[in-house]
Amino acid sequence: MEELIRLENIKKTFPEVAALKGVSFSILKGEVHALVGENGAGKSTLVKIIAGIERMDPGGAIYFKGKKTEIHDPHYAQGLGIAVIYQELTYIPELTVAENIFLGREPSRGGVIDWKTLRRKAEELLSHLGLSLDPALKMKELSTAQKQMVEIARALSMKTEILFMDEPTASLTEHEIQSLFAIIRELKARGVAIVYISHRLEEIFEITDRTTVLRDGEWIGTRATKDLNIDSLIQMMVGRQMSQRYPPRLPSETEEEILRVENLSLPGRFRNISFTLKKGEILGFAGLMGAGRTEVARALFGAEPPESGNIFLKGKKVSPKNPQEALKAGIALVPEDRKEQGLILAMAVNHNITLGNLNGVCRNNFFIDHAREKKVVEGYIKELSIKTPSPAWIVRQLSGGNQQKVVVAKWLFIPSHLIVFDEPTRGIDVEAKYEIYALMQRLASEGIGVVMISSELPELIGICHRILVMHEGKITGELKKEEFSQERIMAYATGS
Amino acid sequence: MQQGVKARKKLPEEFGIFLGLVAIYLVFAVLCRGEGFLSIENNLNIARQISMITIIAIGMTFVIISGGIDLSVGSTVALTGVLAAMILDATGGKTGGNIPLAIAGGLASGVLIGAFNGFIVAQFKVPPFIVTLSTMIGFRGLVFLICGGRPVGNLPDSFYFLGGGHLLGIPIPILIMAAAAAIAWYLTNHTRFGRYTYAIGGNEEAARFSGINIKSMKVAIYSLCGLTAAVSGVILASRLFSGDPKSGQLYELDAIAAAVVGGTSLSGGKGTILGTFLGAVIIGVISNGLNLMGVESYTQNIIKGAVILIAVLLDQMRK
Repeated sequence: MEELIRLENIKKTFPEVAALKGVSFSILKGEVHALVGENGAGKSTLVKIIAGIERMDPGGAIYFKGKKTEIHDPHYAQGLGIAVIYQELTYIPELTVAENIFLGREPSRGGVIDWKTLRRKAEELLSHLGLSLDPALKMKELSTAQKQMVEIARALSMKTEILFMDEPTASLTEHEIQSLFAIIRELKARGVAIVYISHRLEEIFEITDRTTVLRDGEWIGTRATKDLNIDSLIQMMVGRQMSQRYPPRLPSETEEEILRVENLSLPGRFRNISFTLKKGEILGFAGLMGAGRTEVARALFGAEPPESGNIFLKGKKVSPKNPQEALKAGIALVPEDRKEQGLILAMAVNHNITLGNLNGVCRNNFFIDHAREKKVVEGYIKELSIKTPSPAWIVRQLSGGNQQKVVVAKWLFIPSHLIVFDEPTRGIDVEAKYEIYALMQRLASEGIGVVMISSELPELIGICHRILVMHEGKITGELKKEEFSQERIMAYATGS
Repeated sequence: MQQGVKARKKLPEEFGIFLGLVAIYLVFAVLCRGEGFLSIENNLNIARQISMITIIAIGMTFVIISGGIDLSVGSTVALTGVLAAMILDATGGKTGGNIPLAIAGGLASGVLIGAFNGFIVAQFKVPPFIVTLSTMIGFRGLVFLICGGRPVGNLPDSFYFLGGGHLLGIPIPILIMAAAAAIAWYLTNHTRFGRYTYAIGGNEEAARFSGINIKSMKVAIYSLCGLTAAVSGVILASRLFSGDPKSGQLYELDAIAAAVVGGTSLSGGKGTILGTFLGAVIIGVISNGLNLMGVESYTQNIIKGAVILIAVLLDQMRK
């Protein structure tokens, strides 16, 4: 296959750290190329260099179609046909689908936007991608998956030759992932090169042709994906053998109930939700996006209280009206969106960790005892091996995996009987995932109720004792450990 | 990526502002060397002149850190000053006005105004700009209404001590300003209240998920701001020796300017009391220097506007 882009000895040093230490590989026309590595391996920096957002250090070179090319700014990269779809989608919510697709490149006649052509071209593009989506809808009315499709349409409207996709499936359901893959295959057939960045290793094997692994800013290797398997890939990523992706499941043989939920309903979100959680058990919630799992969690946490139904925590009826009451009762929620709900990004690591239980480090519930706070924070940094230059480091500057550990530390410091983890491993690397699984197990074995909501079936199957499946606001299935299988869960999740 | 990274000891952010202040001070020290700019008397004068705005700016800093804004402080200054004067007048006036009661009444009304602002902002989720713009206009109207549009006089002589008196040679307003700044500094760095203020301004949703009672916090933060405005209002009434309904106009903008020059971010989550204090001093030094040089007030405003803009631009470039 024809070589589209060749990277030679790409280096990038930030004031405090070397992010890339000489990376060389090429990307071929019409291939799906996986770019994998742990958080902080240098993937994002590499993409930013190719997209013209960051400048590389002198000494390296980028060859585009065989010609040495200086990519000095994003506009120039766009002109070459390089497009990036970031994990955090970049769109304007109040504008329509069509306007977003052609933002900044609206077809015009005599300086006035030609709305007819705009609409027609958008329709063409969308149908070309096999999407039945009204281009007159506002972006904010779309689902995450649809928004992502619009970004792909936008990339294609620019005659893209290389499309970088950063964690494109992080917030998609199984079904939506399959349609995304169909589109990727279609693009590939048209000769577009796709660089696919994901922490979901199963997907790498499903969709990519070749795989490049980075570790600590170094190029570890580029292989044909079919020559790899999960174990060898993980070994390349972490630099050592990881015998297991999931810690061994601990037995849960008690009958003691921690949580009982009866007929919880909130119209438009979920109805008649009843389940129990026993001591020592990790209870999983599976389901498609929008099935109501997060909403149930928010209801338990008082963030959006239910309209009817009962919650019993350790036999005592509780009905939290807001997170404050929930935390007081002993219910904690590790929210799905760490940037929006989990962390104060502009605050330091230590201040984030103690924020949920500041009284725990205060005298008279008011005066902060800095010595005690320091001790608590250092304890968690060590226990969860949070990699931060100092406890006073701003959280925003940590990698995703470490940010997530700060979120977890924060909720661990709140004394609780029940912790609901909503997508606790989204966008973090294998090692950090393993640590979080082990932590959940430890909590369960210590007698704290653990509920885990996840869209990654392998991890639910890997660590839960029981899985409840939701579909359109109802619990449609309950699976015991012996009955776990992706097919069964999907059958319940799709309501078939 | 953070592995093996050494945490560099960074200079506090206020250091740059401090350098700016030193530079400006030196420029005026040269330009106004004949006018006694460096004299102790003039420097105490600067401190006294900035004290009222600084006290308000301290309360404003909390509001801005929490992601809000309070435009009503100028009207609060007038209302609390007039109320204090009216209480003095009603309890015996020149011969027997009850000063403690007047001060308490003035301060309490400031807290109530702040609590009202905070309640509307928190309960109905109305943008603080709109809420406090309304109360700024409304309370300015109210103060003219209750005193019939005329300054309230007939005050006991000893009331002048608060705004015009000295203790150990230092004007009382400066001492009050120093005390307010010290308390506020302690609040921001060493208390739950301060930590929560930063959290709410940094990310309100995450703060809510952390179990912070956003509503009561906001009521408390705006109340604190109302209190600082009331402190200034009472001092000003004492210094003017009357409760003047026209007083305190544009104080809100001066207070916001001091906070912004001091590095407080209008988008919330960031700011310090020391920064605000330095910001107020910078503005005060410039006013004083220009006055000594005999620069007319129109030109002064142009220069002050430019300084605020430059301060914000420098802060932006530093990022």
